[in-house]
Amino acid sequence: MTQQLLIAPLLLPFALAIALMFAWFHIRYQRVISIVGSVASLGLAIWLFGRVWQGGIISLQAGGWAAPYGITLVADTLAVTMVLLTAIVGLAVSLFASGSMINQRLRYGFFPIFHLLLMGLNGAFLAGDIFNLYVWFEVMIISSFVLLTLGGEKAQLEGAVKYFTLNFLASIIFLTALAVLYGLTGTLNMADLSVKIALIEQRSLVDVCALIFFVGFGIKAAVFPLYFWLPASYHTPPPAVAAVFGGLLTKVGVYAMMRVFTLMFTRDPFIENMLLVVAFFTLFSGALGAMTRNNIVKVFSWLIICHIGFMLAGLAMYSELALAGAVFYMIHDIIVKANLFMLAGVTNKITGTNKLQMMGGLYANYPKISLLMAIPLFSLVGIPPLSGFWPKLSLILGGIEQGHWPLVAMILLASFATLYVIARVWAEAFWKKQPEFERPAGFRYFGDYPVLKRVLMLLPIGLLALVSLYIAFGAVHIQTLAQRIAAELLHPEAYIEAVLGSTKELMP
Amino acid sequence: MVLLGKWVKTVLWWLPMVLPAGLFVYFLSLGTATQSLSYDWLPQLGVRLSLHLDGLSRLFVLLITGIGALVFAYTSSYLKGHAYLDRFYGYLSLFMGAMIGLVLSENLISLFVFWELTSISSFFLIGFNNDQSASRKSALTALIITGMGGLSLLAAGILLGYVGDTYSIIELTQSADYLRAHPQYSLAVLLIFGAAFTKSAQFPFHFWLPGAMKAPTPVSTYLHSATMVKAGVYLLLRFTPVLGGTELWQSSLLWVGGITMLYAAFHSIFRTDMKAILAYSTIAALGVLVFLIGMGSNSALQAAGVFILVHALYKATLFLITGIVDHETHSRNVLQLAGLRKVLLPVAIAGLLAAVSNAGIPPSFGFIGKDLMYEAALHHGAGAWVLLGALILTNVLLLYAGFLVGIKPFIGPLPEKHAHLHWPSAWMWVPPVLLGVLSLGFGLWPVAASRLSEVFLPALGLQPPPALKLWHGFNLILGLSAATIGSGLLLWFLLKPGEKGLARLQKLAWLSPERLLGGFARGVGMFSVVWTNLFQHGYLRYYVMTIVLVLSAGMGYRMFNNYTWQTSFTPLLNLTVYEVSIVAIMLISIGFAVFSKSRLAAVAGLGVVGYAICLLFVFYSAPDLAMTQFTVDTLTVILFVLVLYRLPKYMQISNKLTIARDGLVALTFGGLVTLLALLVLEQPVQRDVADFYAANAYLLAKGKNVVNVILVDFRGLDTLVEITVLSIAALGVFGLLKLRLKTTERRG
Repeated sequence: MTQQLLIAPLLLPFALAIALMFAWFHIRYQRVISIVGSVASLGLAIWLFGRVWQGGIISLQAGGWAAPYGITLVADTLAVTMVLLTAIVGLAVSLFASGSMINQRLRYGFFPIFHLLLMGLNGAFLAGDIFNLYVWFEVMIISSFVLLTLGGEKAQLEGAVKYFTLNFLASIIFLTALAVLYGLTGTLNMADLSVKIALIEQRSLVDVCALIFFVGFGIKAAVFPLYFWLPASYHTPPPAVAAVFGGLLTKVGVYAMMRVFTLMFTRDPFIENMLLVVAFFTLFSGALGAMTRNNIVKVFSWLIICHIGFMLAGLAMYSELALAGAVFYMIHDIIVKANLFMLAGVTNKITGTNKLQMMGGLYANYPKISLLMAIPLFSLVGIPPLSGFWPKLSLILGGIEQGHWPLVAMILLASFATLYVIARVWAEAFWKKQPEFERPAGFRYFGDYPVLKRVLMLLPIGLLALVSLYIAFGAVHIQTLAQRIAAELLHPEAYIEAVLGSTKELMP
Repeated sequence: MVLLGKWVKTVLWWLPMVLPAGLFVYFLSLGTATQSLSYDWLPQLGVRLSLHLDGLSRLFVLLITGIGALVFAYTSSYLKGHAYLDRFYGYLSLFMGAMIGLVLSENLISLFVFWELTSISSFFLIGFNNDQSASRKSALTALIITGMGGLSLLAAGILLGYVGDTYSIIELTQSADYLRAHPQYSLAVLLIFGAAFTKSAQFPFHFWLPGAMKAPTPVSTYLHSATMVKAGVYLLLRFTPVLGGTELWQSSLLWVGGITMLYAAFHSIFRTDMKAILAYSTIAALGVLVFLIGMGSNSALQAAGVFILVHALYKATLFLITGIVDHETHSRNVLQLAGLRKVLLPVAIAGLLAAVSNAGIPPSFGFIGKDLMYEAALHHGAGAWVLLGALILTNVLLLYAGFLVGIKPFIGPLPEKHAHLHWPSAWMWVPPVLLGVLSLGFGLWPVAASRLSEVFLPALGLQPPPALKLWHGFNLILGLSAATIGSGLLLWFLLKPGEKGLARLQKLAWLSPERLLGGFARGVGMFSVVWTNLFQHGYLRYYVMTIVLVLSAGMGYRMFNNYTWQTSFTPLLNLTVYEVSIVAIMLISIGFAVFSKSRLAAVAGLGVVGYAICLLFVFYSAPDLAMTQFTVDTLTVILFVLVLYRLPKYMQISNKLTIARDGLVALTFGGLVTLLALLVLEQPVQRDVADFYAANAYLLAKGKNVVNVILVDFRGLDTLVEITVLSIAALGVFGLLKLRLKTTERRG
């Protein structure tokens, strides 16, 4: 029974999307359905997490075709953690969109597509088949592209063209890698691949294949020097969309890398050096990029890139400790980044601008909201004991253990740059008096919204801030979780057993 | 504090000061025994919240809570009626908690946690007057400098924890010999220095401290003179038993401390703003402390311990009276202030007491402090006279600076405009007077301070020192003290404060660390713009090209670098006529598509390529695929033609060079992928899965067409999802065609 329910995180958003489409012209119902559905998704994710936490890895063979012949869905601890985080962010964005998004966008199918995007994310996390993973990536690309263009503003379309072209290129590269891999092994099941790749003698071909995967996923994860689409597009959609993008989309790329480079491609010097160098420059470029920008959303966008470097660094070091650091960082980052983009949405409605020079006065006019916003901002910096601090301990210790001095130095410098950038944001947007400038005519300010809408905008920020605080003060729990995930990733025997071990009973 | 905001501003104004006062009494009541307390925090990584109260932390804790109580009391009047008084107390309490945690932490990581919290609360307090841009800038500068130090401390902590296999400072002390011999020792020391020097404002990182004086005066008193800036000194003292005793440790501290104290003492005498004078003299005092730790002898460390207390008492007094003078007269310029004793008598007394202690005139506590200092320097052995000279010079200059703030505003004729001033509230003048009296009292009854000093050295693993005494009889040190006071007074009578000295000093400002580091920061800023725009230039075509080049470079590197070629191209000789001719057709039509001058022709060319692929499918007995490919291709061409019809006329915008470059990139990438495909085909084929499909499509899935069975049954989930993709695309197209937002409706 539990096995069959593994498909529920896919079916629930799918059913929601269909239900929402039937309520096409009734956006009021859509809001309610979306929020209630998101709460249900969260409950489901918590339940699934509990099952896997207690009972170990669960797998489901779709259509009853035994692995490796059919498509396998696998829920290991990493996968269910990601599903849980998706559900949390999904609920937050559902609330935020209900409060902040204009009716025109809602009337053209924002909610159904949003839930289909969540379905794509869940699918990618649960996929145990590499081609199936590709298919879920397609869902994410197309639905994110639609969300990005919804509204058809000029800036949106310009960003969307770059977004789509480069992400589509990533998909083609992913597909090429798939073809090469299939040619080498004759299978698509990831557990089966884990066994079969190890047997291939021609290691340089395996490395080339790994490299192509890396570039494909690297584009999605926005690593150096493949990140171009991200700063070009993330500031264009409405904040609710940016929040789900900033929180989750790039992390899918990181997730895929974590999966592929632990389960399938075991470590050799080529892969290791590649990851180390890319992690180093991703931290470097992201940090520098964030320092150059004067638009709060663009600053956050560049910080996404910078912080992808932390996760990549943990993956590159490949020790259990460092990998746990990477996982911990990812958990923290998903929550905080989603929150930051919602926060920027609210500051935009308060000040009427995203430009730091033009912003100001938040602290004087909205002290309580400011204090609320300080939580995600300073969590991001990792002011101890807030959530961004703890994973860095593991990452730095991991780096010192293995003597990766340049990477350790870069981790520290990137942390420093984040501190500087956020302190500057605080000084400019919150402390400074807002300069006078010509407000766009017809702009709807925060104060003009009805109370319910304002609550709907602030509630998810508070919700995610609470989660961040839990990560900070319950760091013991998260560290335990992260270490268990790291151990599972580095010792995939249980994963392989869960997928292939059940083969016999299903075989006719 | 935040929750009680409204109350704190009105009736409960006395509440905040109960907290530090209570803690002060509590810590005092603990006696001199060592206490500890420990909780697991992040046990997986060995992070514990372990608090340990020994002689060193006791001195600091009493300073933090004692001066804290007075500052809190002072604030209740100084900022009376301020709109954000509640926040102010909130930050101040946060700071106090963090600072107590810092000096009690026995675990390196929890030490770092509290260290960062002091930095961040300092940031909020410096920027408290946040509508002034100077305040914001100073807050940022301070955060940048101390933040850098904080990360340095983090790295040091983790490194020491890794090398010593524990984060416990006590356990690290036990393996001190091992640590000192370890190859990473120097790195650890430099990182600790990085943290201590930035926090304690040592040259060349000192410049954030004068800037931090933008904070309200209670903050300057508390954080930037009495407690927080001494955290670096605390760190050095704390690590002396762990890392100290080596040439690197001792002489670096001597040099840095020495340069800092001379540099800052010299600067302090040319300032005219009372707070600026105090800022520089604080830096000088911190330099003296580092210098003493650098000497490292028992007596030097004892002198450091005593001087921490001496300095905290008199400097806090001077800051507090500065605050009162500023509050009453709205001026802090020593050139304009005079004769205030006539209207602010208790303040003048406090100033006098502090200035006397600062000058080290007997029988003040400062005299004892200076005595110990000179004694330590005298017994230092090699270079004793140089060290002594540096100390004497610093003290002479500091005496002058202290007189400028503590005495100058109160003597001479009272200007007309200040004649109407009245005594401030007792909450304001009692704290400085109390501190001033303590400065005197500890001098007259050194026994009172002896109890602190007795446990101070044992905390560093050293023998307890002899009891403090005021009078040692007539000896060389007394002579030196007298000489210091004499030359200080001489300087006081000869050098009149003025703007000229400062102006002359400003001419050298371009050489100052502030300017140099500022220039460096600007350089980093410019570099970051160049680097960022180098990659993020906005041209989609170059983004694509970069990605393709990265991929090609990686593939090429791995394929040609130590690859053992086993490929035989014999299969290529077995091609049939059909295959060769189809490939020829494909090549020709690709060439046609590339070189054609018309879009329509290019599309037609691509269509031919598609049909050729269809034929290949037919030859390899995959008619289903051929039909699918045929349909897709036909539709693509038709759609393309429909779209192209609407586009403007085709124009040649690239020059020959770009075309050649693009062609080269494309050919390289295409060639590499082709080569890769050939290499992969050479590998032994694994057919388990494919054979399973072929064997079981009919038997198990009841379908005669294997391809169809794979699509709808074996891998039916993929197909379902792909259909969903198409539906989403349809929704998107609908939205794109129908929904056009106006600019006023943006954002939301």
